[in-house]
Amino acid sequence: MSILVDKETRVIVQGITGKNGLFHTMQCKSYGTKIVAGVTPGKGGLQVNGIPVFNSIAEAVNKTSASTSMIFVPAPSATDAIFEAIDAGIKLIVCITEGIPTMDMVRVKKSIAGCKVRLIGPNCPGIITPGECKVGVMPGHIHTPGSIGVVSRSGTLTYEAVDQLTSLGIGQSTCVGIGGDPILGMTFVDILNLFEKDKKTKAVFMIGEIGGTAEEEAADFIRRKMKKPVVAYIAGVTAPTGKRMGHAGAEISGGKGGAKEKIKALEMAGVTVVKNPADMGKTMLSVI
Amino acid sequence: MNIHEYQAKEILKRFGIDVPRGGVATSPEEAESVARFLGGACVLKAQIHAGGRGKAGGIKRADDPINAKEIARQMFGMRLVTNQTGPKGWIVRKLLVEEALDVKKELYLGMVIDRSREMPVVIMSSEGGMDIEELTRKCPEKNCIEEVDLSIGLQPFQARRLSLKCGLNQSLLGKASNLLTALSRVFLSLDCVIAEVNPLALTSDGRLLALDAKIVLDDNALFRHRDLEDLNDVNDIEEEDIMEWELKSKGLSYVGMPGTIGLMVNGAGLAMATMDIIKLFGGEPANFLDVGGGGSSEQVSHAMKIILADKRVKSVLVNIFGGIMRCDTIAQGIIDAAKSVKIDVPIIMRLKGTNVDIGIKLLKDSGLNIVCANGMTEAAQKAVKLSNT
Repeated sequence: MSILVDKETRVIVQGITGKNGLFHTMQCKSYGTKIVAGVTPGKGGLQVNGIPVFNSIAEAVNKTSASTSMIFVPAPSATDAIFEAIDAGIKLIVCITEGIPTMDMVRVKKSIAGCKVRLIGPNCPGIITPGECKVGVMPGHIHTPGSIGVVSRSGTLTYEAVDQLTSLGIGQSTCVGIGGDPILGMTFVDILNLFEKDKKTKAVFMIGEIGGTAEEEAADFIRRKMKKPVVAYIAGVTAPTGKRMGHAGAEISGGKGGAKEKIKALEMAGVTVVKNPADMGKTMLSVI
Repeated sequence: MNIHEYQAKEILKRFGIDVPRGGVATSPEEAESVARFLGGACVLKAQIHAGGRGKAGGIKRADDPINAKEIARQMFGMRLVTNQTGPKGWIVRKLLVEEALDVKKELYLGMVIDRSREMPVVIMSSEGGMDIEELTRKCPEKNCIEEVDLSIGLQPFQARRLSLKCGLNQSLLGKASNLLTALSRVFLSLDCVIAEVNPLALTSDGRLLALDAKIVLDDNALFRHRDLEDLNDVNDIEEEDIMEWELKSKGLSYVGMPGTIGLMVNGAGLAMATMDIIKLFGGEPANFLDVGGGGSSEQVSHAMKIILADKRVKSVLVNIFGGIMRCDTIAQGIIDAAKSVKIDVPIIMRLKGTNVDIGIKLLKDSGLNIVCANGMTEAAQKAVKLSNT
């Protein structure tokens, strides 16, 4: 077991003919992911490296019975790509695209509220279930199958954490990058909930950062609902107020979003918070 | 994107919100002529991209046009340091000269996207003039909030509810409702991140006006508001932000910090973590710099030059986890940078991932003074130690 994706997952790539889209599609394919189709409006009928391209997702779903979509469409059209995937009945949408307007995400969230569809991202590295399926841009080779669930707002910092885990012989059940934007599809709470229910996951590593209150909400959920141990690292203890630290969502503003408050909330909820980012793997080892 | 108060007020006016009469001046003479045109007493307001101006001497009252000219002369070119500018402050290059009004009551009005609720909200308070952080801390019970449906905007009944809760007289309900719904239209149609009227003023002759205005636009939405991009005047960018701005246009994100250890990292989360670990081992980072996931050697070279141009920098730590970014690209960028600028501080490299062996070989063969480190702890300790020698 794992969460969200496994070896049976059938994936469509939206924006497959772009440079990034194609590069990462091939990376995912060689990792073992079942990439069954691509969609680029106006390029239907084409084959890219043996993958059929369709004009619409509806058509791609109809021909390939895919349930998952990975989006590489540029930001101005990415919201449309998300809505098209929802309309075509896709169950899991992974949006890699960075730079989607915040108001567009408000619209997306409103339209998927109460629906079964799951959205990961935007502005995220994607999801990987080691040894089975990679739907994203993370380097596959650093991962190893195991029982630690990883959830993070970051990209390379997650790779760092996973690499530390792997080099200590600690495998991962599924790693989910939820994204660095202010408004995201699935949140920490949503993913923690899935990990708590997943039989294969024994403990969770969570990587948060400054900005917003998603970590505080996660702390509240952990305190009330979780039995599995959680280890966390929060980036940005030294970040100044009012400056955006790379990610659109990583900004301390309006007196909210500081790292210290997040760390305190997590510790109060019984989470082991790592202070030195070089000790992420080691700390997990001591907890399990 | 930040815009100035006078630009924000022009936008509000276009949407039917009353603002004080006034004009922008770039010289004392212009300030005098605007004051003469307005007649009577006026207020001179420094146009900088930061709040807290009143307490810092950035807002001054003048009794007549001659007085306005004198005050303007003192204000132009001054470095205004407020609680939001940082210690260096901002140079005053433009003044907004406005009619002085007889204000009876000041309120707070603002619209933002609430991240937890995942929707825009309008916040109003009977306590105007304070910033929202202070307001939330001191008197949260006075903050009245309404959630806004994107497809409808703030509805008149919600505007009336806010106004009544904030103690506005019932005779003002019509005016207040028009103003609040107009602000919601500004916010939604221009893709704002913040649209704030603070204070919202009630004058003794019964008018409701935006005495101050702050609008921040969503950079990611500017592609559908090409006309608004012109409001971003490069001359308005202060020297300390020039680097940020320049690097941003090259796809790198940079934030200056007060320390002595320059940082170059791929990925925003790892870059923040690298700042934190430097601090943990007793050092102070000189910057946050994310070279991105798909950087070229030109970008790396440019970033290195920018870091080295900062004379406070005593050592540089390069921390790369190569996933998409290849380590040989980083190495080549640093070697290229060394060809055009003299590297006279130690560079500590922590490379991991794709093509790491090629990267390290390139660096060794280059003859540059580069210290390699295994893992983040060793890299941070070396960077801190070398910055102290």
